Amino acid sequence: MSERVSLPDGAKVSLERAGEALIVGLGGTWQIQAYLPGTTAVEAALDASPRPTGVRYDTGELGGWDSAVLTFLQGVEDAADERGIPVEREGLPDGVRRLVELARAVPEREGAHVDKAPESWLVRVGRYGFSVWDGAIGELSFLGQATLAFGRFLRGKASYRRSDLRLLIQQTGADALGIVSLVSFLFGLILAFVGAVQLQQFGAAIYVADLVAVGMVRDMAAFMTAIVVAGRSGAAFAAQLGTMKVTEEIDALRTTGISPMEFLVVPRIVALVVMMPLLTIYADAMGILGGYVVGTGLLHISPRAYMQQTFSALSMSYFIPGVMKGTVYGLLVALAGCKQGMDAGSSASAVGDAATRAVVKGVVAIIVACGLAQVISWVFGV
Amino acid sequence: MTNSNGHPSSSPSALISVRGLTMAFGDFVVMRNLDFDVNRGDVFVIMGGSGCGKSTLMRHLLGMLEPAAGEIFYNGESFTRASYEQRETFLRGFGVLFQGGALWSSMTLAENIALPLEQYTSLGTGEIRAVASLKLALVGLRGFEDYYPAEISGGMRKRAGLARAMALDPDILFVDEPSAGLDPISSRLLDDLILELQGSLGTTFVVVTHELPSIFTIATNSIFLDTNTRSATAGGHPIELRDHSEDPAVRAFLRRGESEHE
Repeated sequence: MSERVSLPDGAKVSLERAGEALIVGLGGTWQIQAYLPGTTAVEAALDASPRPTGVRYDTGELGGWDSAVLTFLQGVEDAADERGIPVEREGLPDGVRRLVELARAVPEREGAHVDKAPESWLVRVGRYGFSVWDGAIGELSFLGQATLAFGRFLRGKASYRRSDLRLLIQQTGADALGIVSLVSFLFGLILAFVGAVQLQQFGAAIYVADLVAVGMVRDMAAFMTAIVVAGRSGAAFAAQLGTMKVTEEIDALRTTGISPMEFLVVPRIVALVVMMPLLTIYADAMGILGGYVVGTGLLHISPRAYMQQTFSALSMSYFIPGVMKGTVYGLLVALAGCKQGMDAGSSASAVGDAATRAVVKGVVAIIVACGLAQVISWVFGV
Repeated sequence: MTNSNGHPSSSPSALISVRGLTMAFGDFVVMRNLDFDVNRGDVFVIMGGSGCGKSTLMRHLLGMLEPAAGEIFYNGESFTRASYEQRETFLRGFGVLFQGGALWSSMTLAENIALPLEQYTSLGTGEIRAVASLKLALVGLRGFEDYYPAEISGGMRKRAGLARAMALDPDILFVDEPSAGLDPISSRLLDDLILELQGSLGTTFVVVTHELPSIFTIATNSIFLDTNTRSATAGGHPIELRDHSEDPAVRAFLRRGESEHE
C-alpha cells in the first residue's frame, strides 16, 4: 500500500534454516485482492525436527505490501506462539513491524470466543419447555400491565398525547377503508357465488341474500376486517415499537417517568378497539353490496326483492355479536402487535422478526377466538 | 453561481481536489464556493461548529449528495461527472467509518468485515476469516469475531466499524466524528490508531470533527467551515491557524472561545 509497485510477480514465501532459527523470507508484491499464501508450510517447518528455536524474517525481496502480508504474519506468529517459539521482528520493514506489534498488542480476550458445542436433545427439549413457560408468563404480565394502564386511561390519569391517539385512529381506521372495502366487497361476492351454486339447484336462489347477509354480519365481516387490520396495523405497531426499542426511545420514555404502556400501548389498543367495530359495520355493508351485485346481475333477482330478503334475514341477534367479535379481534391484534414490538431485540432484523410474529400471532388469535365464539353461540343458542 | 477560479481544474499532486463546490438543499445554501486540496498521506480535518455542514461536505465527497455547483476530483479525475459504474471504482478505494459505526446488526463482527472482501476479492472463506481476524486485532478486538454489534460497547463498535472500513485497504478513509460518544481515553486511542495507520499504511484520512484535542493530535491539514459566512474561511495546519489565522472566528473556535491573552 505504502509503496505501490506494480510488479507482475505475486507474493512469494521462502523458508530457510539458519542454524537453530527458521528464516521466513517474504518476496514479491502482496496484494489482498490477488492472493494470500497459507501458513501450512510454515507450521510444518516449525514442527520439523530439530525444532527451530526462533523465527526471523527476511524481507529483502519484498515489493509492495498491504494487509495480505499482515494477515500472513499474524498466522505465522500465532503458529509460533502456540509452539512457544520466539519471533524476532527486526527483519520486517518499519510499517509492517509497527502494525504487527499493534495487532498483537492486545492479547486475545479470555473466553471471548463463543463456544458452540452442540447440545443433546434432552437439553433442547428442556430449554424449549422453559421458553414456552417463560413466554406464557410474559404474555400474562404484559396483559396485566396493559389492563392496569388501561384502567388509568379510563380514569383519565394515563399520560399520552391526544394528537398521537387521533393520528393512530386515522391510520388504523380511516386509512384502512380502501382495503377493507375491496376485501369485504369481494368476500360478499364470493359468498354469493358459493351459495348460488347450491341454492340454484333447489330454485332457491333468492336465499343467496340471506346467506350473504347473515354470513357477513354474523362472522365474516369482522373476521376478514380483522385479518386485514392484523396485516396493516398489527405489523405497523410491532415495527414502530420495535424501532423505538432499538433507538432507546422507550428507555428515554421510562427515564422521563412516562410509562411506555400508557404512552404507546394503550393508545394503540384504544385506537383499534374504537375503530374495529366501525370498520366491521362498514364491511357488513360492503359485503352485502358484493352479494347484491351477484344476486341482481347474475341470478336475475330484482333489486327490491334482494334488499327485502336481506333485511328480513337480518336481526340484532346477528348484528351485535358480529360487532362485538370485531371489537375483540381488534383488541387481540393490538395486544399481539404491541407485545411483539415491546419484546423486539436490538437489531434491524429483530424488528422484522417482531413484525412477522405480530401478524402470525394476531391471525392465529383471531382464528382461535372465532372458533371459540362459534362454540359459545352454539351452546347458548344465540 | 460563478466560480472565482474560472474553469474548475484539479491540482496535479492532490489526491482529492474540490473546486468551487456549492452545497445546497433546494434553495437553502449550506456552503458556497469551497476550494481545497487533500494531499496523499494527509490527515485532513474538516472542522467547524455544529450544523455548519461538515457531514454534508463528507457526504458530497462520497457522492451521497450531488453538488449544486462545482466539481470534485480524485487523482485528477472528475468524480462529479463520472458515470455510475466509474463511481463504483472510485468508491472501492474509499473506506468510511460512520458516526455510530453503522455495523450491520444481523451479522457478526467477522461477517461485517468479510462482506466487502467477499464482494471485491477472490479470497477463499478461510482466508477472508483470517483477514477479518487481523483487522479486528489491529483495532484491539482480537477474539471478538463471533460477537454481534449489539453485544459490545459503543467504543468497541466504533473500532469494529474502523476495522470494516479498512477491510479493503482503502486509499482514503473517511471518518465521521471519531470522538462522538467515546470517553477521552478511547477517543485518544482511536486518534493514535488513525495516526498509526496513516504512518504505516500511508492511508489518507478525511476526518470530520469538532473535538479540539483530536484536531490538534491528528490533523496535518484542515479546512474551517464558517456558518455565518457560509464559506470556508481558513485552511492549513490547525496549530498554525490557532496562532496565526487572520480570521477571529477561526482563532476563537480553536481556542474554545477563550481570550487570546489569558
